Amino acid sequence: MSPDAKLLHVEKLEKRFGGFRALDGVSFDLLPGEVLGLVGPNGSGKTTCINVISGLYGGDGGQVVFEGARIDGTAMHKLARLGINRTFQSPKPFLSLTVRENVEISARYGHAGGAAIDLDGLLASLELDAHAHRAAEDLNSAQQKTLDLARALATAPRLLLVDELAAGLNPAELDRMAIRLRTLADRGMAMLVVEHLMGFIDKVTDRVVVLNAGREIFGGTLAQATQDPDVIRVFLGGSHGG
Amino acid sequence: MHRVFNDLGLAVLVVVAMAVAPSIYSNQLLLFNFVMFLSLAQGLNVIYGFTGYLPFGYVGFFGAGAYGFALAVMHLGFGPPGAMAVGAAAAVVLALILTPLFRLSGAYFAIANLAAAQAVYEVVANPALEDVTKGPYGVSLSGVFAPNASYAAAVAILAFTLLLVVWLRNSQFGLSLRAIKEDPISAAMAGVSVVRGRTIAWLLSALIAGLVGGSFAWEVSVFYPETAFSPQFSIFAVVFALFGGTATLTGPLLGVFILYGVYNWIGISVPQYFQLIYGTLIVALVLFLPNGLVSLLTRRGIRVP
Repeated sequence: MSPDAKLLHVEKLEKRFGGFRALDGVSFDLLPGEVLGLVGPNGSGKTTCINVISGLYGGDGGQVVFEGARIDGTAMHKLARLGINRTFQSPKPFLSLTVRENVEISARYGHAGGAAIDLDGLLASLELDAHAHRAAEDLNSAQQKTLDLARALATAPRLLLVDELAAGLNPAELDRMAIRLRTLADRGMAMLVVEHLMGFIDKVTDRVVVLNAGREIFGGTLAQATQDPDVIRVFLGGSHGG
Repeated sequence: MHRVFNDLGLAVLVVVAMAVAPSIYSNQLLLFNFVMFLSLAQGLNVIYGFTGYLPFGYVGFFGAGAYGFALAVMHLGFGPPGAMAVGAAAAVVLALILTPLFRLSGAYFAIANLAAAQAVYEVVANPALEDVTKGPYGVSLSGVFAPNASYAAAVAILAFTLLLVVWLRNSQFGLSLRAIKEDPISAAMAGVSVVRGRTIAWLLSALIAGLVGGSFAWEVSVFYPETAFSPQFSIFAVVFALFGGTATLTGPLLGVFILYGVYNWIGISVPQYFQLIYGTLIVALVLFLPNGLVSLLTRRGIRVP
């Protein structure tokens, strides 16, 4: 694999909060159109990893390279225009604005280039079209999460960071969300997916990286991960004897 | 599109009404004060209503505009239009200097801005600067005194201010400001430059106060630092805007017409009850209508211009 083929290259990424090392030298690569799952116990650095890549936090060491250029330290709104976008663990739509206005803003200001986005089509594909002219505060939490995704997709990102999108969805919504993400990936959008629900990870991702205490301890398919002794020890505890 | 026309219709109505008012009602100074507060309340609306930052020292820009006007007339020999431009520029420069205050939020921003306005006042009123600002002894600009012209200038500033608010309410830029106010992180991820948006709103808001300050200096022509930097200007602008309801065109206008109307009416007819009535009115509004008078309609889903 030539280095140019990588969409995202994360190398020895570090992030400290006081004395706590949330990220302690995480490294991984992502190919265009690939879906990588980030899994690991609570506090292992999954969300911090997304927060540093998306520019919400500045990193304390290491580098993030997107399409061959270093992007660590770049402002969030510039990352959006470069083609990196994300969803948030707790959805953060613009509550007093209508659903349609929510996506109009990101299509207008954050568009990453390429063909213009068909916003009505986007809302329809996410089953938000019926609510287009309602205020975002009138949506239920699953719909707000979907709107958060719509806001990200309206910029036509080439890399989408998905932070616990599935949490709080019912099984039917979960299936539909998995199919949506898979469809986006099959059209060439790369994703980094943080999720606790392994069924969802299994349906959506091509490959997983397992994090523990701010480092990656495994890279491969989810099926291989479940056989890996280190992964089992981290998830189930050493004293269970595997 | 009819939304824009509703907004524009209201703006035109108010401007025309204030433009013809002196030919119906003879107290031009009182009318000038109305026009001045209509603009100031809307200027405050630009920064508070659209970004959520409450500038408690808003009078700093007003005073900078007034003194910018006065210094340009006294030292540079400028005529009123040029002096007005100098006043506006002084307010914008002050706003640029104060942009680091955006690192603060909520009450901290409000207090720091109050202190900044006070600092400018102390500099202007410093007796050691008597040769430049006339210090605490005040300025006299009787050479340019022309009440009809300064009234016309104030109405023109009001027209500009209302058009600006109409634009903010109906443009993509205004929408991006509301997004920043709702959630700056989501706004940034939507590609909106949060710093740029806030700064532009801040400078526009200061520009309005600076222009109004300039027209005030021209209208009264004799004033002291404590007049031009009176905290009453900030308080009135904040109270009027909040009373009517921010982020709308109607709210601050209603606030000025009702509260400043009541202020003058009670102050003349029953001055002994003035503070009681005024205070009760404001307390009642804060308790029962914290989002202003227009929220009576907006919370029922009715769009107010």
